[in-house]
Amino acid sequence: MEIRLQNLTKKFPNRNKKISNDVIAVDHVTFTIPDGKLIGLLGPSGCGKSTTLNMICGLETPTDGTIFFGEQDVTNLAPEHRGVGMVFQNYALYPHLTVRKNILFPLENLKGKNKLSKDEMMRRVNQAAALVQLEELMDRKPAELSGGQQQRVAIARALVKMPHVLLLDEPLSNLDARLRLQTREEIKKIQRSTNITTVFVTHDQEEAMSISDFIVVMKSGVVQQIGKPQEVYDDPANLFVAKFLGTPPINVFSGKIENGMLVIDGASVLPLEAVLKPLNQPDTSKGIDKSKAEQRVVIAIRPEGFVPCNDGPLCCDLQGVEVMGRDISIVAQHAACEAVLRAIITADTKVDSANDTIRFALKPEKVFLFDYETGERIRGLV
Amino acid sequence: MNRHQTKAWLYLLPSILFLGLFMVYPLFDVLVYSMEEGYNFASQTYFGVGLYNYSYVLHDPYFLQALKNTFILVIITVPISTGLALLISLGLSSIKFLKDLYQTIYFLPYVTNTLAVGLVFMILFQKTEYTDGLVNLVLSWFGSSPVDFINGPYWAKMFVLCFYTIWVVMPFKILILTGALASVNPDYYKAAKVDGTSAFRTFVRITLPMISPMMFYLIITGFIGAFKAYSDAVALFGTDLNAAGMNTIVGYIYDMLYGNSGGFPSYASAAAILLFAIILTITCMNMMVGKKHIHY
Amino acid sequence: MLADSKKQERWAQQKKSILSAVSYTLLTLWAMIVLLPFYWMLLTSVKSYASYNAEHTPTFFTLTPTLQNYEDAFTAVPLTQYLINTLIFTVATTAIMLFVIVFSAYAFARLNFKGKNLVFTLYLSLMMIPSELVIITNFATITGLDLRNTFLGLILPSVTSVFYIYLLKETFEQVPDELYRAARVDGTSDLKYLWKVMIPICRPTLITILILKVIECWNSYVWPRLITDDPAYYLVSNGIQEIRENGFGRENIPAMMAAVVVISIPLIVLFLMFRKKIMAGVSRGGIKG
Repeated sequence: MEIRLQNLTKKFPNRNKKISNDVIAVDHVTFTIPDGKLIGLLGPSGCGKSTTLNMICGLETPTDGTIFFGEQDVTNLAPEHRGVGMVFQNYALYPHLTVRKNILFPLENLKGKNKLSKDEMMRRVNQAAALVQLEELMDRKPAELSGGQQQRVAIARALVKMPHVLLLDEPLSNLDARLRLQTREEIKKIQRSTNITTVFVTHDQEEAMSISDFIVVMKSGVVQQIGKPQEVYDDPANLFVAKFLGTPPINVFSGKIENGMLVIDGASVLPLEAVLKPLNQPDTSKGIDKSKAEQRVVIAIRPEGFVPCNDGPLCCDLQGVEVMGRDISIVAQHAACEAVLRAIITADTKVDSANDTIRFALKPEKVFLFDYETGERIRGLV
Repeated sequence: MNRHQTKAWLYLLPSILFLGLFMVYPLFDVLVYSMEEGYNFASQTYFGVGLYNYSYVLHDPYFLQALKNTFILVIITVPISTGLALLISLGLSSIKFLKDLYQTIYFLPYVTNTLAVGLVFMILFQKTEYTDGLVNLVLSWFGSSPVDFINGPYWAKMFVLCFYTIWVVMPFKILILTGALASVNPDYYKAAKVDGTSAFRTFVRITLPMISPMMFYLIITGFIGAFKAYSDAVALFGTDLNAAGMNTIVGYIYDMLYGNSGGFPSYASAAAILLFAIILTITCMNMMVGKKHIHY
Repeated sequence: MLADSKKQERWAQQKKSILSAVSYTLLTLWAMIVLLPFYWMLLTSVKSYASYNAEHTPTFFTLTPTLQNYEDAFTAVPLTQYLINTLIFTVATTAIMLFVIVFSAYAFARLNFKGKNLVFTLYLSLMMIPSELVIITNFATITGLDLRNTFLGLILPSVTSVFYIYLLKETFEQVPDELYRAARVDGTSDLKYLWKVMIPICRPTLITILILKVIECWNSYVWPRLITDDPAYYLVSNGIQEIRENGFGRENIPAMMAAVVVISIPLIVLFLMFRKKIMAGVSRGGIKG
């Protein structure tokens, strides 16, 4: 089922009663989730992603805007009538019920023509349990299960109603690192096999990138960028997105444009044409005026964009070299870089850690320019 | 008002109704009662409005007797029961063997019927023409002559009343203090031991301050409870407490309301408000003293 | 030096055993004081009327126990009636109270409505009101409603407890919010959620409240005394008082003790069965009376 959000807005009354203006949790969010896809709603905590999920689910009513499931407007529909299944961060399993009863619970609520026979209910429960491989554990209580098993019960319970839409609210955050990796694969597998449109909320960009067909990056209630994970990584819309995606994070320099060159701390690192594409039609908002003599910009370079090279233009103070098997991580410092600089290079490149400084050449496709004031991406030349 | 609000109020409705009828309304009504002079229960009429009821109650010798009895009871039982409970709790926390058994035994008075066990106490202390009773037997071993604790001299009766009251309130105090003692972090004791602090000093400087909030709580609830003493006295001396000279303030209220001398809700209300005022004053005084001496 | 420390060690050992001996003596003494009345009522209840009255000096045991007094207790006075009355009163009061407080606690813990905080504060402030202050009007109210000497009159004023609402609300609030949202996604109504999720999860607290209320009901004296003067509606406390004043003839003390034993046994058995629960419950906020 396709999900369309149009101008979705949610305001909460301010907790502090002296301030009368509301807190805007979600601000005119518009995007479409294609049928049968898994999308990751990604952003730092408090960015409105969970509120958005709750509105899709029906637990919160939007202040403004509409939600469509297929062609049906579900904005004011109660959750149970939307055909959604939800998995909560702490799983929300009923502690006093066995696994079987937990999975059965949603089916018992069905009324009227949707009501199922006892046999049909048990069949559905067993089917859902089989999907997440819980058959052995059906008579245990949640407290007797490991975190990963509880997670699977929660998924089975969400799927047993055969929902059109599956919503996952930070489902992996309570699992340890190894289990997280494994469960992530399982969720993907289940989603593929059931072909349910799935929305996955997380603050972990790596998680979102690895699992999603599309990611939606949010900040302060506003959608920053939507796209396939690799596209968003390779072509961030603004500095926030560039910084938010990727580990180690992108390296941010304050720099200048001088005479058609990118300049960091007096050193010309790349010609402007290598980073920016010429724009055909004049679009001042996205482009940059080459004729302007001097302009401050933010230059962001992905860790894999550095190439150690003795006559490279960017000279940094070398702090350390961390060997990580396949790769080497170089830790360095540069006056124009706001944090410690990290570069990832392949292990067969030799770096002498005894040196005080290191010089880099840059891969142009890994270098992004952003407006110094707004943080908006600068894509092309005018 | 939307559906959600209506539902919430609907859920609250039973308790609002009951509390309104049996708690809130009476609260105002009792004030009204206490001001209505010469109120007649049967005809529901009264002569005037004023403070006469209070003045009557304050001049009633029975009330003054009840006031005196109650104050004596409070002053004797609260310190003794709290101190004794502390002593027993300290003893309990220092042993392991049979601890559960002792705790269970100590709690028994809490679950017994005050009236029923009071009857047993009466028999233990009473001296009749047939028997001197068990307590007098024990006293005679020490060469004392028999005393009738139930129908005898005032102080003998007061002694039994205090004794029984303490017996009844001990379970709660022991329970609370044992809990408080158990919740003191053992690291403090270890630290004291390393410093070579004596047991007495450890108790005064560490244990007592750590359990002082609970002690304080017990003293306050002890005061309130003792001021409301009634059924213990009835259990020992029968329903006609005025005749026995052992009435309490609460007993006076009930007697005014109902019973042989009853039918005067106005006097009862005035007495109840006086009692409330006394309890409030004492509690406030306790709070003020507590603020200075309690380490939270 | 070595000898000195050895001496000190021995002294410390001695001090420890002395302290322990003192502890046990004190504890045993108090245990005896607590148990003596229980022992005495059991003992007296199995002494025959004749042998009891023949003892000018009380004896500490009897070689000829009899159950005659128990027979008398059930035949000569309406003890069975008192027990049944108390049972009806206890069960009905506890059941209605649980119903009332569960809904109120749920409203405070889970539902959102205007004025919730204000109403809750008002409820809490009612906890300070001593029952003696309101009992006068309640007496008038129940009399006015012509409910004296009825179970309704006995029960109605004690079916709410602000303290238990408070206790239960705190417990309800510990159930994670997520469960509520999960249940809503599944289309569970508030009523069903309360019944199927909240109550089962909070059963321990509910049982504690239930036991405390049962104890309170079983021992209640003041209100029943005011509101009933027909022995057909007496509860055990009033029954005992009645037995004492007009029962077996003032002097049949063994029979009285048999009645006292019968009245005391239900709660003592209940206590021994749920010892841990009751003690934990009382230390969470039970106050005698």
